[in-house]
Amino acid sequence: MEAVTLARWQFAITTVYHFFFVPLTLGLSVLVALMETIYVRSGNELYKQMAKFWGKLFLINFVMGVVTGIVQEFQFGMNWSEYSRFVGDIFGVPLAIEALLAFFLESTFLGIWTFGWDRLSKGLHALTIWLVALGSNLSALWILIANSFMQQPVGFIIRDGRAEMTDFSAVVLNPNIWVQFPHTVLAGFTTAAFFVLGISAYHLLRERHVDFFRRSFQMASIFGAFSIVMLIFNGHSQAQHIVKIQPMKMAAAEALWESEDPASFSILTIGDLAQRRDVFAIRIPRLLSLLAYNQLSGEVKGIYDLQAEYEQLYGPGDYIPPVAITYWSFRLMVGAGFAMLALALYALFLTMGEAINSQNRLLRAFLWAIPLPYIANTFGWLMTEIGRAPWVVYGVMRIEDAVSPTVSTGMVLASLILFTLIYGLLMFADIYLLVRFAKAGPEGETAETGPLVAKPARV
Amino acid sequence: MDLNTLWFVLIAILYIGFFILEGFDYGVGILLPFLGKDDQQRRQIINTIGPFWDGNEVWLITAGGATFAAFPHWYATLFSGFYLALLLILLALILRGVAFEFRSKDENPLWRSLWDWAIFIGSAIPALLFGVAFGNLVRGVPIDANMQYVGTFFDLLNPYALVAGLASLITFTLHGAIFLSLRTDDEVLTAARSAARRLWLPTVIVLATLWVYTYFATDILERLGINPGVIPLIGMIAMLGTGYMLRRGWDGWAFVGTAISIAAAVITMFIILYPRVMISSLNPEWSLTIYNASSSPYTLRLMAIIAVIFVPIVLGYQAWTYWVFRHRVTREQRLEY
Repeated sequence: MEAVTLARWQFAITTVYHFFFVPLTLGLSVLVALMETIYVRSGNELYKQMAKFWGKLFLINFVMGVVTGIVQEFQFGMNWSEYSRFVGDIFGVPLAIEALLAFFLESTFLGIWTFGWDRLSKGLHALTIWLVALGSNLSALWILIANSFMQQPVGFIIRDGRAEMTDFSAVVLNPNIWVQFPHTVLAGFTTAAFFVLGISAYHLLRERHVDFFRRSFQMASIFGAFSIVMLIFNGHSQAQHIVKIQPMKMAAAEALWESEDPASFSILTIGDLAQRRDVFAIRIPRLLSLLAYNQLSGEVKGIYDLQAEYEQLYGPGDYIPPVAITYWSFRLMVGAGFAMLALALYALFLTMGEAINSQNRLLRAFLWAIPLPYIANTFGWLMTEIGRAPWVVYGVMRIEDAVSPTVSTGMVLASLILFTLIYGLLMFADIYLLVRFAKAGPEGETAETGPLVAKPARV
Repeated sequence: MDLNTLWFVLIAILYIGFFILEGFDYGVGILLPFLGKDDQQRRQIINTIGPFWDGNEVWLITAGGATFAAFPHWYATLFSGFYLALLLILLALILRGVAFEFRSKDENPLWRSLWDWAIFIGSAIPALLFGVAFGNLVRGVPIDANMQYVGTFFDLLNPYALVAGLASLITFTLHGAIFLSLRTDDEVLTAARSAARRLWLPTVIVLATLWVYTYFATDILERLGINPGVIPLIGMIAMLGTGYMLRRGWDGWAFVGTAISIAAAVITMFIILYPRVMISSLNPEWSLTIYNASSSPYTLRLMAIIAVIFVPIVLGYQAWTYWVFRHRVTREQRLEY
């Protein structure tokens, strides 16, 4: 196998893994901050317990995000040195700003928050977790500004064989940011909401710490319903944006081989990858045009036409991304999204109707729904990044030109194996701890029914 | 000062901050298995750096990001060239960061001891390899006309770089021992003080060896002459003074002493480098400099404005953290995590 293939695998594995932890950090920091704020304003100790309990789970998750994030920053130099040379002038800037503005903020104040319960006034202590939440979300903003340059390069010229920034405000205000940043943050909020809903449902079904988990469930249902509704509206705008800037990605996500006007939406397509055509397809007429342009007609370009167009533009080559991966990633993301919409609205209905009780066996669904946001997040990124192939910077630099020329296949293979191994082991340790602390519930005094749990019970 | 030089200085400052701050928490991690006799002592030791280590590590991330933005060729050549060394550092940092969070979350002694050793290894490997990396930077490595590193991993393990690695390892350990002396009480305090006193002389010897060796292994002699300049002298005096402070029991001043020696060592390395950022051992013409490795003037100016605004803010709130947690971590208090 070639070094570039292995480097792509390594990037995919480390990025997807990193993004198991980031969304929960984005959302749970905000939820914990809200809990602590309610505690400070109302003086109700229950909310302090909530902030501490969910905060502990937050910390276990957060540290995994941190350590896997360091790898992300250095990986560009390690495996993608030609990419780094070519775009460092632009791409390095948001990364540096992210570290300076966001990482310092979240790491420093999380240290204070964790160890500072007895050292700071209540209000100041609550402020530190808000700064952590701000830092996390700012970090997402800057990393997505960097990623948006790869999706929709703006504000630069090519000089002496590399991209040079000419307009920082264009890079920061990249149109792609306005759809991608809300999408990522709302996905993070949704992830946190389903995490809290699932664990709360688990305890409610067992009638443990009922008041504690009912309130957690209520907060998460409001937070989650708001987030997922906004997320789906935003996802629609993002799809329309993609039709404009990366029509090939949308054509691949829809397995739309020929241009259509009006365009039909695929319910199910089974294709022949070698032949690059459909074997079997169920499509709804006009729906894709409707999604793309908010009207019943309008041409959506197909893969073959785009391929011909790109050959005119960029010279001979294969400009078709892996269609099956893009197609199924899109479906899994959207499918998980709509399942979450239904569940979040149901959670909201339970909350509004005061109907959350242990007799409700349907609560079990929330426990099983915890993986849903993870599926949506993962496949969302796979579609975004794989659908961009063969480009690393859309229309500007191809993936095979971005790789490090001096790093041998053996070295990439070694690092790929080591990362996979260590990441795999850490995943076990992380899930073990999360499950153990989630099952144990809040410590001590808030238990209304069931035994007091002084320290985490054995799993 | 032109923008390229300004960025060279700013990156030097980021490394000074990183090595002084993360230096002591590497040291604490290295000493953990030796000074912590029981679980409670080990928890006490970890809690001295608990609120700080993550913030300290961001100095490295910022240095990496700043290098990427200001000197993309330096970033690309360094990290693709020192691939396996950086991989080891990254794996060490992963284990270490996770260990701080995970170790106390289960009472099984095997689990705890596993993560305690992860903290030790995760601290010792970067403490050693950062020295090795900087040693290679000033000594020069095989870089071709296209700015590509053409050596192997084992080229990096030359005697000079290994002495530099040993120097950073032992200096950080001493620095950590002194930090522990400032932040603990009872038995851990006694053990930390005694470790600091015992580490001091070997540290002086290793640093002196590195100093002399530098005249033979690098081009410092032809560039700067026999006079080492005032910065390395300040570093040496500070390290000698540290010994005196330790004997008098002035831990705070001893900590200032190791911090100054670390800063002086980093500044000296950057002086040897300037205006180069990576020296080619094949042909001096092929070295990466702050001019041929840099970003456009537009990016450098933009980043300079951002740094001037935000670095003081970061310094401000990081300093506040140390103020909030200025009290000793005592055995009596309820220990978090």
